[in-house]
Amino acid sequence: MTRILVRRLLLSVPLLFVVSIVVFVLQSLIPGDAASQLAGLQATQEDVQRLRRQLNLDEPIWTQYWHWLDGVFHGSLGTSLTNKEAVTTALGTRLPVTLSLVLGATLLATVLGVVLGVISGKAGPLAERLVDLLSIAGLAVPSFWLGLLLIALVSVRLGLLPATGYVRFADSPSGWAQSLLLPVVALGLAGVTAIAKQTREAMLDVLRRPYIDNLRANGVPERRIVFRHALRGAAIPICTMSSILLVGALGGSIVIEQVFGLPGLGGLAVSATGSKDIPVIQGVAVYFTLLVVAANLLTDIAYLLIDPRVRAS
Amino acid sequence: MTAAIGTEPAVGAPSGRPGLARRLLRRPLAAGALLYLVAIVVLAVCAPILAPHGPQESDLAHVLATPSADHWLGTDSLGRDITSRLMYGARPALIGVLVTVVVAAAIAIPIGLAAALAGVADRIVSPLVDLLMSIPAIVVLLMVLATFDQSLVAAMAALGVLTAPGLVRVVRAAALMVAGEPYVAAARVYGFGRFAIALRHVLPRIVGPVLVNLSLVAATALLTETGLNFLGLGVHLPEASWGGMVADASAVMNQQNWMLVPTGAVIACTVIALVLFGDGIRDATAEGWARPVAPARTKRSRDTVKGVRPARRGAGAAPADRPPILLRVDGLTVAFPGADGRPVPVVQDVSFELGAGQTLGIVGESGCGKTMTGRALLGLLPEGARVTGGSILVNGADATAMSRRERAGLRGSTIAFVSQEPMAALDPLFTVGAHIAEAVRTHTGAGRAQARERAVRLLGRVRLPDPDRVAKMYPHQLSGGMAQRVAIALALAGGPKLLIADEPTTALDVTVQAEILRLLGTLRRETGMAILLISHDWGAVSELCERTLVMYAGQVVESGPTATIITAPEHPYSEGLLAANPQLGTPGTALRVMPGGVPSPGEWPPGCHFAARCPYVMDECTAHPIAMAGTAEHAGRCLRVAPSPKIEARP
Repeated sequence: MTRILVRRLLLSVPLLFVVSIVVFVLQSLIPGDAASQLAGLQATQEDVQRLRRQLNLDEPIWTQYWHWLDGVFHGSLGTSLTNKEAVTTALGTRLPVTLSLVLGATLLATVLGVVLGVISGKAGPLAERLVDLLSIAGLAVPSFWLGLLLIALVSVRLGLLPATGYVRFADSPSGWAQSLLLPVVALGLAGVTAIAKQTREAMLDVLRRPYIDNLRANGVPERRIVFRHALRGAAIPICTMSSILLVGALGGSIVIEQVFGLPGLGGLAVSATGSKDIPVIQGVAVYFTLLVVAANLLTDIAYLLIDPRVRAS
Repeated sequence: MTAAIGTEPAVGAPSGRPGLARRLLRRPLAAGALLYLVAIVVLAVCAPILAPHGPQESDLAHVLATPSADHWLGTDSLGRDITSRLMYGARPALIGVLVTVVVAAAIAIPIGLAAALAGVADRIVSPLVDLLMSIPAIVVLLMVLATFDQSLVAAMAALGVLTAPGLVRVVRAAALMVAGEPYVAAARVYGFGRFAIALRHVLPRIVGPVLVNLSLVAATALLTETGLNFLGLGVHLPEASWGGMVADASAVMNQQNWMLVPTGAVIACTVIALVLFGDGIRDATAEGWARPVAPARTKRSRDTVKGVRPARRGAGAAPADRPPILLRVDGLTVAFPGADGRPVPVVQDVSFELGAGQTLGIVGESGCGKTMTGRALLGLLPEGARVTGGSILVNGADATAMSRRERAGLRGSTIAFVSQEPMAALDPLFTVGAHIAEAVRTHTGAGRAQARERAVRLLGRVRLPDPDRVAKMYPHQLSGGMAQRVAIALALAGGPKLLIADEPTTALDVTVQAEILRLLGTLRRETGMAILLISHDWGAVSELCERTLVMYAGQVVESGPTATIITAPEHPYSEGLLAANPQLGTPGTALRVMPGGVPSPGEWPPGCHFAARCPYVMDECTAHPIAMAGTAEHAGRCLRVAPSPKIEARP
């Protein structure tokens, strides 16, 4: 089991290289660089050149990449070009926000989706149709628009929850939950129907297997067949779908953070892109990639826990 | 022939069927979606002509107006007409979607096809796809936007590149399926090059799934494009864009919410249209490739069969020394709904009795209704099948009249079941012990630990060595013989009075077969349960069963003591089956194999079902339904059997 996980981890190393190299190559193509941005419009050519030397921007791109890589091995992602803050510090304060948002949305989608999927699977064709319709609607409604509707309705009209802003968990757990509830719903709702559909299909597939018939023939009650055997048999595709949603939610979080004014990684990424602050963008890319790797790894662990045949192979 | 089939897909739909476009337009949802998409494209392209106002034309006298005759969808905070801006805003949205879809398709289709048709390419492509699919797209998009000065086309092209790996998977999987079909193999044999095969034979067939996924790619692209616009990326203000208009609406939410409605709705509706269009294509192509429906079979009149009740043994004729009757099946008929809605019987008028502790075999070729009879007894008929006549008395109570709940209560505790495929009979995710403990708890209400202990004891009873260890094993770790013993232990958990074993040894090795049969015999003696053995193997039946029913095409054709039937069969079918059995044959003489096959349900002749294959067939055999004749002890459904006074034969 550990061998499988170690192999998976080793396989994700190339991914980190690919992403960081793509980001480096792209940034080298940017006309102008952080130096000319930072120096401002009044700066002379010499000022820019000096700044460029300071930031090592005059070196060839592979040398720059090597410097960056060297820093990574020493636990540093460099410093922000715009405010000289260490990238790890800047990202560190924002990571919990993005992480709570993304995990919350995935959890919401999975739990609600499984419940809805089981109900629609057992309740017949009408409920099936309803879930199909909802799943199209879930896909179609842009999350940022849904977020705005939620703000208009829940925060402005009903005055129930804060429209924007973030409260740290350490400061007030209840405030934290309140500040995250609407963003999590806006980001997660689209996934609910995807999970529900997956749950239903996978469960119906398991229910057609011969062993279900055999268990029924020997008196195992329907309730146990659905909740113990069919649901467990459907768990692997559900986990796969959850991890796909989690990766998708990472992308979606950038827009949702903007809508709800959450100080997460997304806002940082957007502003760093605007100011060509490469170390920060590179840092966000690394963090996002690590989150994807972690999601894949969690999925693998889930497979191992669910299916004994995976454990044996 | 192969060439003809092979070229068909390249030409289009099979002859006599409308083309894909026509089939698509027949579906109201897909046609509506297509109409909507065409309308959006026309409005976007012709915006300068059709738009009532210019995109930047502001009317400061009517700021944030609600719909009116002049401004159909109202105005924004600068008094610009929302209708007109939505028309202009459709342009970047559509261009973005188009770029992504074209880039993704241009990359994914050739690579996916190559991976499916050439092993070398696959070894490179598949791991690369896995790797690339894990790249967080949004980060790359942000970089591209920064690099190419907020160029939407560049960002959407990058999105196309990033979605391509997922699409490669789809193309590869679809192409692999088609490549496995005989006509592609035939094309290969005829010496067509890989390229020609991919282009002429495979590509046309995978258009459906690829288009469906492209419509999803388009939907995702639209959502991404509007999301970027919402963040103020990818368009240069004050240029109109759908996402940007939602952002405008969010900026004035304190004053009014109306503007949110048209701006968000147009995005949602377009995504829905794209998805419905894709679904329509999927259904239309599926319909196009479905095999033409076989012409309805001409049904022979079954009226002659209906209403004629062949004689059966007198009720309650069991002599006093016989054990009490556990199961009495009387005139059992099971039918599926036919093409014209009329029921087509698969089991017809089956009657037999089984006393406590007795053993009965049901023998016959595949398709004779043995398994369906067993399933009817369990109350677990496949979907559509129904008991249309007769009764099943279990301990005197009619099971066919019971509620579903009562019926379920019989299973496991009164009637248990062992199936043919022991490996497929166990849930791969649960240990052997968990399976049996679950059954024990269901039937006895025992606690967790107690059930566990009972499970291990049951595993011992089916003579599994080291039951403690076996209880901790998973189904995939068992051999076929072990798995069948586990399945038997599972069936024993409820202490059943009757065990229905449907071909329990067919899937096993010959040596293991004998062990399992011996085990069933031993268990029967130990527990006193009755066994109903469904088999096509005379050896198994003669080893285990006192009495045997021979079934042919849904009917019982002979019933009697196993030993008698084997030595002196009354029905020509029994005779043929026995002659074709290698274990019972005389060494040195050739096995006689019966010509022909069992007629399908719905094609049963009005007279003797076996007449077409019978060496002794006479004119009278095909005229009328044949009744059972003979004695209660040994009877056959054949005119050659001398009618006894005990059985009243129908004229």
